[in-house]
Amino acid sequence: MEAINNLLGGSTVPDVLFYVFAALTLLCGVLVIANPFSRNPVTSAMFLVLTIISMAGLFVLLHAFFLAAVQILVYAGAVIVLFLFVIMLLDLKEEERRKIKIFGLIAGLISVGAILGIFLKNLHATNLNAQPSPSIEGDTAALGKLLFTNYVLPFEVVSVLLLVAMIGVILLSKKKLD
Amino acid sequence: MHVGLEHYLTVSFLLFALGLLGVIMRRNLIVIYMSLELMLNAANLALVAFSRFNDKLDGQVLVFFIITVAAAEVSVGLALIVALYRRRQSAHVEDLTSMKL
Amino acid sequence: MKHELFPWLILFLPIFAAAIITLFTLRSRCVSAFLSIGAIITGFILSIIFINANGFHFAGEISKTWLSIGNLQIDFGLKLDALSMMMLLIVTGVGGAIHIYSVGYMHEDNGFSRFFAKLSLFTFSMLGIVLANNFIEMFIFWELVGVSSYLLIGFWFEKPSAGDAAKKAFIVNRLGDFGFLLGILMVWGLLGTLSFSGLQNQLAANPAALGTMAMIAGLLIFCGAVGKSAQFPLHVWLPDAMEGPTPVSALIHAATMVAAGVYMLCRIFFLLNADALHVIAYIGGFTALLAALIAVQQNDIKRIIAYSTLSQLGYMVMAVGLSGPTAAMFHLTTHAFFKALLFLAAGSVIIGMHHEQDIWQMGNLRKKMPSTFWTFLIGALALSGIPPFAGFYSKDSILAQCLEQKNYLLFSVAVFVAGLTAFYTFRLFFVVFSGKEKSDHASHAHESPLVMTLPLVVLAIFAAIGGFIGITNNYDSQFIAGHETLSIAQQFLEPLHTPVAMFIGIGVAVAGILVAFSLYKNATSDPLPAKLGALATAMKNKFYFDELYEATFVRAHDFIAAVCDWIDRWFVEGFCIGLVRGGTDLTGRALRLVQTGNLQTYAFLFVLGVAVLLYFVLK
Repeated sequence: MEAINNLLGGSTVPDVLFYVFAALTLLCGVLVIANPFSRNPVTSAMFLVLTIISMAGLFVLLHAFFLAAVQILVYAGAVIVLFLFVIMLLDLKEEERRKIKIFGLIAGLISVGAILGIFLKNLHATNLNAQPSPSIEGDTAALGKLLFTNYVLPFEVVSVLLLVAMIGVILLSKKKLD
Repeated sequence: MHVGLEHYLTVSFLLFALGLLGVIMRRNLIVIYMSLELMLNAANLALVAFSRFNDKLDGQVLVFFIITVAAAEVSVGLALIVALYRRRQSAHVEDLTSMKL
Repeated sequence: MKHELFPWLILFLPIFAAAIITLFTLRSRCVSAFLSIGAIITGFILSIIFINANGFHFAGEISKTWLSIGNLQIDFGLKLDALSMMMLLIVTGVGGAIHIYSVGYMHEDNGFSRFFAKLSLFTFSMLGIVLANNFIEMFIFWELVGVSSYLLIGFWFEKPSAGDAAKKAFIVNRLGDFGFLLGILMVWGLLGTLSFSGLQNQLAANPAALGTMAMIAGLLIFCGAVGKSAQFPLHVWLPDAMEGPTPVSALIHAATMVAAGVYMLCRIFFLLNADALHVIAYIGGFTALLAALIAVQQNDIKRIIAYSTLSQLGYMVMAVGLSGPTAAMFHLTTHAFFKALLFLAAGSVIIGMHHEQDIWQMGNLRKKMPSTFWTFLIGALALSGIPPFAGFYSKDSILAQCLEQKNYLLFSVAVFVAGLTAFYTFRLFFVVFSGKEKSDHASHAHESPLVMTLPLVVLAIFAAIGGFIGITNNYDSQFIAGHETLSIAQQFLEPLHTPVAMFIGIGVAVAGILVAFSLYKNATSDPLPAKLGALATAMKNKFYFDELYEATFVRAHDFIAAVCDWIDRWFVEGFCIGLVRGGTDLTGRALRLVQTGNLQTYAFLFVLGVAVLLYFVLK
């Protein structure tokens, strides 16, 4: 931990790393949703893994070490594996390249445009000269302390939620729904 | 140029927009689901950035919960897709129009 | 004030009894009767203890704020003065006797428990009217009394005539209550308060406070009394109300509820100005005359007494109109005794005759039903105004009031009505109790059980001595400042102060009885129609009031209803609603196109919605 901190403590290295990780994240993100070379969902899933790993890099740059680890463990390790399982279970063939519907394109652009407008408007309206706080360290100890003091009730509730999800999935996956 | 909050927010926004485009334009249910994950991750990124620049760990705790909930949501959602596929033999949104009267 | 809790108990015990009977003990006849009778008898005993402890002549008020809206404050209070406490005794006392009598009368009825629940509900409402200390509270109980009257008239709801009578009573009463409510609102609008004591203080300080509206306000409030006390022109419901069980007729339609109108007039006597009183007096007098004439030619035993009730109520209203609330309340009290007695005795006859009500089917019941005969005789003498029975004193005080006001027209009407009263009462008496048996039922009639005759005896005692046991003293203390309390002997001889009224009164009463005796002593059919011709037919048909109302008001009402129906059907429903419905339908069809069933269209719309929301939230 100390070593990484020291490595990234300089002024320019993290900035460079930020651009690298950001570019990687966005590039992989584009390839998740629109891969010009392959329409196979498996490819999308693999690029999603890459996106998530580079996001973990961004998390590290933001000193959220615990979350970076969880991100890789849970997303890359569990969620994506689940996706792959389902893809294989359904035996989805590489889908034929359907023509992009003009309506879908227009709708997507309008949505993104609308959100972009709001985003830019608020980005300009807000004064963002906040400096990164040196005291914030998202390490396991700090997060754990917070989780088991202030957030102990949501923590417990989330465990129940996971249980519910588990039971729901078992019920849904049974052959007969009755 | 020194990297500030707005940079992270921009990345977050772009990732969110990508997810949104995927949800609206792709027709494969599984890919739509992946796009949803992208959008969730975009929100996570924004939250972690806020946490860093606002000197509060609560944002990270929230992200922790989001990851948990997202895991639960993915498992249930994928189970639904499997159940749906069994019945309809298709994972394309265009084949799922029974909500139309 | 001692025993401050007692008035509340007296008021609320009957409603508790009614609730418990309705909810729990409908199956158990004994318990239901016990609860209901227990509630009212306890009320009677508590009233006596309360009056003993506090005396009649204190005027107290217990009041709790109930509603407060803006500057309108409504209390739920109890007004305790001589007027209300006397009424308290009448309602619980006479009511108690009738409750006990009902055990015998309703013995074979399937709705026994239901009957007692309704009686208790009625008792509660009536006590509420008596004790109310403001107009709103009184109006609420006023309506409650109307409801319980409706329920009790329609008690045998499987009979269509009973259902119709109940509806008629309720609707006709509503007409009067409409005016009453308007009057209440007018008084509130002009004086800004609704409590009786507050109004009295304001009017005492400034008699012209009501200004030019005084007469209209007074008459509108009088409308309530016209409905409830069945005065002309809203008198038509009372005779039909005899479809209810006889104890109900005795309790509600003779002793208490119909007296509520008179009671209310006396309670708000200070509100009525000379012009309003004038109108009230003439309406009362006219009702008394009209009803007495109709009573002469009726053949149903209960209807005769019902018309007699109408006539006596007219008397009371006339007395109020002649600025004699004491006389009115006096007559109300004695009338409660002897009219309840007459009704209960009639009920006893009806039971003895196996539910035969036509007097021309009876005859010679004197031997078969001695207790009923003697008590009925006392009631009849009291009603006719023969000294020293109670009715003589109260009727004499009304006649004296006429003379004191120098209103000779109403005096002659009152005298004539007094003669008619004696005549029709003894017509009934002779036909029913003497002569020959006119049917098989009459031959096999039997005396009623003790539970029915005992209340008769109690009421008979009061009907006999009610005139000089101090009733007027109490009312005088309410209405006349600086009155002197009279001893029993003085009260006994009180009518001698106005010998003219007394001798004329006794004279016409005796004349009426003699005429009845000569005509009906041994009659087997009515000789009057032959002698009076068309007049008798008109009397028999109640002067065609029902037919007149049928031809005018009911027709007009039907016509207006038809017009409203047309407007509702073609304009409101066809045009207005059709437009809205068509518009909704069209919009719905258009909006249906948005529902493509495509997930991504929904997602797109969803995002747009979120964008709009964010735009406004983050502005």
